[in-house]
Amino acid sequence: MSMGGRLAGVLGLFLVAVGLVVWGVATLITPGVSGGLVNFTHTQAAGQPVNLTVETVGSIGYGAHPTWVSYLTKDPHTGKYVHETSWELPANTVVDMTVYQYDSGSPLRNQQWGQVEGTIGDDATLNGKDFTTYDSNTGTGVGHTFAIPALNLIVPLVGVGGNNICGMAPCLPSAFPHNTETFSFKTPGPGTYNWQCFVPCALGYLFGNGGAMSTQGYMGGELEVVS
Amino acid sequence: MAEENSTDTDSHFRRITIIWLVLSVVLDLLYWFLVGPHVPPGRMTSTARADQFDFNVLFVVALPVLIGIWEFMLYSVFTWRSKRAGVPEPVGGPTAAGNKRAEVSWIVITSVVVLLLAAFGTVSVITGKGSGGGEVPNPLWSPSGSVKAETAALAGTGTWAPNTNAVLPVQVIGQQWKWTYRYPTFGGFESSQLILPDNTNIEFNVTSLDVIHSFWAYQLEVKADANPEENNVAFTKTEQLGSFVVRCSELCGIWHGAMFNYGKVVSQTAFMTWATQTEAANATNTEDLPIFAWTYVPDANGAAGGYYPDGKLTPYSSDEVYGSKQPGS
Repeated sequence: MSMGGRLAGVLGLFLVAVGLVVWGVATLITPGVSGGLVNFTHTQAAGQPVNLTVETVGSIGYGAHPTWVSYLTKDPHTGKYVHETSWELPANTVVDMTVYQYDSGSPLRNQQWGQVEGTIGDDATLNGKDFTTYDSNTGTGVGHTFAIPALNLIVPLVGVGGNNICGMAPCLPSAFPHNTETFSFKTPGPGTYNWQCFVPCALGYLFGNGGAMSTQGYMGGELEVVS
Repeated sequence: MAEENSTDTDSHFRRITIIWLVLSVVLDLLYWFLVGPHVPPGRMTSTARADQFDFNVLFVVALPVLIGIWEFMLYSVFTWRSKRAGVPEPVGGPTAAGNKRAEVSWIVITSVVVLLLAAFGTVSVITGKGSGGGEVPNPLWSPSGSVKAETAALAGTGTWAPNTNAVLPVQVIGQQWKWTYRYPTFGGFESSQLILPDNTNIEFNVTSLDVIHSFWAYQLEVKADANPEENNVAFTKTEQLGSFVVRCSELCGIWHGAMFNYGKVVSQTAFMTWATQTEAANATNTEDLPIFAWTYVPDANGAAGGYYPDGKLTPYSSDEVYGSKQPGS
């Protein structure tokens, strides 16, 4: 083979190797693929609270990672749950949030997350009863948390007991045990804010914080707050 | 001819030295008085002030060296450039070697500068009680009263009040992906806010509940790695009121970039008010927290379970066992 041919071969192999490295790194650092935003601004009357409903499920039951724990959002336009965790919300507006919690619970790594913070009134309701803190070492423990670190907001989502745990989203309240929690918070000024679960609930991953905990669209998402 | 060359050399040396001296003094003074006071991290704490001073000292020592090199280079380019009529070509190679005066001067001056700076840095670390850096569980340098404060904190008998000059222990807990802070002298309550009293020696006890984080409050000039099951101790003394930012400076997962919060240094009276009010407001949850300990370890459920005191009893001890690791076990 000529010198030119050999050089071209080496260069080709080098480019392939570089391409593989770039692809590998990009795959590692890309936090999943989120399909898009659930828009809560289109049907929003000015100055009125936003009603935002989500549910948590121990295993989503479909898609690329059917065994992963996940949040789902109730689309305000269709009324159906969608596997999206990023929301477009109006700025400086009260959000009335309802969470249907279908997953089991455990003691919190840090019981500090058992205390409701950052909501309007620093409280929430659990199945209709007001509460400000939940001892995760008792009862059914805490399954997940809903937290917006930039707002110092965190709400523990109490786990459910028993064996009839919903394992295929969306879960129907009439078919599976669940806890219903409500709370309100006010969106800040325009910007992007991440929200997440602080319970290391990604079983099988390092410290429980890999997998669903590190992939957008499962146990975390973003608030796209617009003016 | 040789005498003329020697005279020329002396003349050039004198000129270079005078220019270097004037430039160095003027620029050092301009830097010290105009730039120095504004150099990060500012003067919010004793360690910040000391580190700003240290940086400025290093800068005014380094600046003349930089000026000397640039000046000599520019002087050479303009004075001995080859196209100048009557100026001989520079002589290099073996014939240019062997200027012992220059060699000895260079070695002596640079050695003295480096050794003096090494001594200066060592003294700064010692007098600065670690200069705000993490000193692992057994700090070599600590402010007076810190061991007493730590012992009392662990025993649950610690107190702090304004104008008592007491050391305030604060535990910094890192977890993916948020910082929380425990105040053992106020019932061991935990908060997402880091509020500190002014004019007070602060002892940060930094640990982690999962992976390695790094507590970095750069305006306080405090930086200490947060390692799971380790207590990394760092000291500083607050000297100015104001806000500061806390960041994680160890890549710790997907939300590492969002792992920050803002803290405040407030007056001692304001701190006392905030601490007592938060202690009361968080009392219910504080009862559910694990007993204050230097570090915490997971229960038998591992990552999905709660964390409990790991049993390190005395300040800076990693050996002594404190009761059982888990309640009821």
